Amino acid sequence: MAKMPVSITVNGQRYEREVDPRLLLSDFIRHEIGLTGTHVGCENGACGVCAVLINGKTGLSCLAFAVQCDGDEIETIESLGTPSDLHPIQEAFWENHGLQCGFCTPAMVLTAHELLSRNASPSRAEIIEAIGGNLCRCTGYQTIVDSIEQAAEQMRAGKEEAA
Amino acid sequence: MKPSAFEYVRATSVDDAISALSQHGDEARLLAGGQSLIAMMNTRLAEPKVLVDIGRLSDLSYIRVDGDALSIGALTTHNTVLQSAEVAAHCPLVSAAYANVAHHTVRNRGTLGGNLCHNDPASEMPLVASLLDAELVLRGSGGERRVAAEDFFVDTFHTAAHADEILTEIRFARQGAGEGWAFEVVSQLKGDYAIVAAGCRFAMVDGVCRGVRLGFVGAGPAIKRVAAAETALEGQPVNGATIAAVAEAAVGAVDPHADMHADVQYKLDLVQALSERVLKQAASRAV
Repeated sequence: MAKMPVSITVNGQRYEREVDPRLLLSDFIRHEIGLTGTHVGCENGACGVCAVLINGKTGLSCLAFAVQCDGDEIETIESLGTPSDLHPIQEAFWENHGLQCGFCTPAMVLTAHELLSRNASPSRAEIIEAIGGNLCRCTGYQTIVDSIEQAAEQMRAGKEEAA
Repeated sequence: MKPSAFEYVRATSVDDAISALSQHGDEARLLAGGQSLIAMMNTRLAEPKVLVDIGRLSDLSYIRVDGDALSIGALTTHNTVLQSAEVAAHCPLVSAAYANVAHHTVRNRGTLGGNLCHNDPASEMPLVASLLDAELVLRGSGGERRVAAEDFFVDTFHTAAHADEILTEIRFARQGAGEGWAFEVVSQLKGDYAIVAAGCRFAMVDGVCRGVRLGFVGAGPAIKRVAAAETALEGQPVNGATIAAVAEAAVGAVDPHADMHADVQYKLDLVQALSERVLKQAASRAV
């Protein structure tokens, strides 16, 4: 099939490429742009590890074609922090042992990021609900929930300080 | 790349989508949120030659009260429906069932219309549409028609929509004030597919149930509403004896299949237990 032009903004930078219609957004991000922080697990919507932000809301990048996202704004884990300047959510995951093998972590952090942007004080139940679609095969869920709780606290404190 | 190659067409209007469907016939599939279709394409259970993307038709995303109906545009996302105060006020059964539909990230992109057209036997929404006497508004090259939910869901992954038709709107009957209703799900993890789910609604008139709607998910490939169970409650009060009679009628009428989560007997036990649970809960809500 003929390739199609797409223009997709990823982490604030616009990328213009000619792609096969069947190219998944996850493969566009990893193979066309070379951002490998977005992980790929089951590739049929069951594991949640490939979640990215699509126009500000989490979406599974294995359940979207790049051509569908023409004109969209995507944010991946690379947008959040740097090794020397971690985002508060990343900081909290580090401090609370919120990751073991790290495979589910990018999607967990982005899902937490979306949750905290619409609900600054989620209950533990709301956190569990929000990450319900993200599998951690190390089964480190308790510390992931701890991490998100602490991140919420720190981000609220940060906001108060700024104000 | 996992899916088979296909030609991609982005529709700019409903008419545009209909003309693309008319042109490509059975080889084309509509792409809405893609949360079921793309998963099936990635495993090559679906290999459409042409994908007509209707995901940007924002005029098909709305929720509004329209007389006795609550009208929802087919491309309204699951999360938009779940979070809608209007849906909770006029069709609380929809909101209650939606709390169990998939996980947050999938609900961000998946759409009500896409879900209904997919007609997955494990999905809650086709049952909810049946319980709420929904009408499905279809538009095609031959014009617009309305199909009752009972006629729309033909069989597993199969609906009454023609190859050149697009579902544009779902019209749920608004639930009456004081109506009894309940929706209960048993699944391994909230948001995962139901092992068995049950829903019911009825009006309580002079102490007896009228207009009974009762059905299940996971109780048989094409089973939704169960007439024998509805009949057992019609015109009856809700008490220990009638609850037992309804549950017995339901267990006798369903046809669950064993899968990796549960064998047939376990599912029959769930049909029994959930029948009792939804009737008690619905009765406690009825005025």
